Amino acid sequence: MLKQIEGSHAMAEAIALCRPEVICAYPITPQTHIVEGLGDLVREGALQNCEFINVESEFAALSVAIGASAAGARAYTATASQGLLYMAEAVYNASGLGLPIVMTLGNRAIGAPINIWNDHSDAMSMRDAGWIQLFAETNQEAVDLHIIAFKLAEELSMPTMVCVDGFILTHAMERVDIPDQAQVDAYLPPFEPVQVLDPAEPVSIGAMVGPEAFTEVRFLGHYKQTQALSLIGTYSAEFKQAFGRDSGGLLRGYRAEDAEMLIVAMGSVCGTIKDVIDEMREEGIAIGLVTIVSYRPFPTDELRGVLAGAKDVVVVEKAIAPGLGGPLANNVDMALRNLPKSPRLHSAVAGLGGRPITKASLHALFRRATVQPWEGTHFLDLNAVVVSREIHGSRKKRRSGPTAENILRRLAETPTQAAE
Amino acid sequence: MHGRGGQGVVTAAEMLSVAAFLEGRHAQAFPSFGSERTGAPVVAFCRISDTEIRLREPIMEPDCLIVQDPTLFKAIDVFGGLRPRGYLLLNTNRSFADLHIDNVAANLPAGHAVEVAASEVAMKHVRRPLPNAALLGAFAALTGLVHLDSVQKAIEQTFAGKIGAANVAAALEAYTIVAARSSADATV
Repeated sequence: MLKQIEGSHAMAEAIALCRPEVICAYPITPQTHIVEGLGDLVREGALQNCEFINVESEFAALSVAIGASAAGARAYTATASQGLLYMAEAVYNASGLGLPIVMTLGNRAIGAPINIWNDHSDAMSMRDAGWIQLFAETNQEAVDLHIIAFKLAEELSMPTMVCVDGFILTHAMERVDIPDQAQVDAYLPPFEPVQVLDPAEPVSIGAMVGPEAFTEVRFLGHYKQTQALSLIGTYSAEFKQAFGRDSGGLLRGYRAEDAEMLIVAMGSVCGTIKDVIDEMREEGIAIGLVTIVSYRPFPTDELRGVLAGAKDVVVVEKAIAPGLGGPLANNVDMALRNLPKSPRLHSAVAGLGGRPITKASLHALFRRATVQPWEGTHFLDLNAVVVSREIHGSRKKRRSGPTAENILRRLAETPTQAAE
Repeated sequence: MHGRGGQGVVTAAEMLSVAAFLEGRHAQAFPSFGSERTGAPVVAFCRISDTEIRLREPIMEPDCLIVQDPTLFKAIDVFGGLRPRGYLLLNTNRSFADLHIDNVAANLPAGHAVEVAASEVAMKHVRRPLPNAALLGAFAALTGLVHLDSVQKAIEQTFAGKIGAANVAAALEAYTIVAARSSADATV
């Protein structure tokens, strides 16, 4: 049913349609309205046979989900930003134990400096934790990815994180087609665990493993990720058959076939990039987009196939790995390795801490990649004046003070200085 | 849409998007994201289109501007980016000249800038100074971009029962005020 609905509430409805049996909630900032919406659905009786458990922290939220999943329940929770960091130990446990929990991550920056706005720092902090990580481009895809995520997680017995841009998607109201219960029931079978704490057939889950077996357990975690590479495609195709729309998959091309320049990005910024591509195509520029949906597992081979024919590849990402550059660009670089004629790779970091990524800035960035390519990582819309004053100031004076406060003060001093 | 925390600015943008959706159009409503505090300046955005809306940047050059609080433009540049053929709807019981912004109104086409005392209309019907629903009624009359009955349905979907009915009445009164003024302008 088509609805004009806030992203978080649309996701809450979709998650309820997946019939979770345990939902753990720590509904305090940073959070989205998702667990709040699910709480309402449980209270009203719209979501039956579900324990809604208020816990005392994010660490507890995921720990309770781990316990519930080990006991054979379909378990769900949501978090964002520092909340994910606080549950970090449990994030690794969920995947290490192979428990198919589904968790929404309403992507936000990580402090310090304190910042509640959108970027992908939180997802990147857990990219090596062994979870499947899927990124939604729209709220429709966010809804659909949750339904796919439960099926995928449970088939592989592996936790799955659905990454949804905080605020930009979670707080946006737009048109979403919410499936009906019968459709979701037909697509998503009941949870049949591969391991379960059952008094009738006792097992222990979570053994201590020494050097003789740790590598083997880790190998199997990696092996399951490679299995996910083919299952994600299969389940997205099945999703299309059942629901009639394209959602998910490993990656998606947009006007990519004949493109000389390909943009690579994840999440909601892909919508803005598509508008820019249409405008540049009007001018006769052969440009296209590759949207990465599955960041873990990373679709290296598929990406290589799509990018092989391009002259230039521009990666636009909402995260920075300090001391390295863009983590997504680094992974894309891996896909380009060993190509006989490798495209030039241009890495740009954009939208950190909620800075809007505008069409105007993207136009300039994509043009610059061909006419005036940069070395290393480009920070889109960086206020170079303020940054250079801060660098200069800190060289002149030993006790130059706290960076964030200095930048805010310098910004206030130079209100008319536009970003470079 | 500009307003202050507690005035229902975000809800107004959402209701406008619902009204457009009910007319079969694509609409995207989103707040300017920040720490919400009562009284602090708040901006919310709404895009309406006949095709899918993919753009995720904030609206920097609006076609229409609704200002829910006339004290805002002392604090921030609310008129920045308003398109030359745009519409301006201001909640105030004073005139543009009184507020020293008649130059802003004069730069827009005749009849595109309107003041309406939406808080007073809201006090009369809703008994609280929440001008958002009334302003949407006025917006329908000023721009014709959405129909009044879609606005009224969107309000009913957002607020149940008596509060919904009161807000619907406020929207109708503000619509009537602005529609009467527009037809008066047209006959001059």
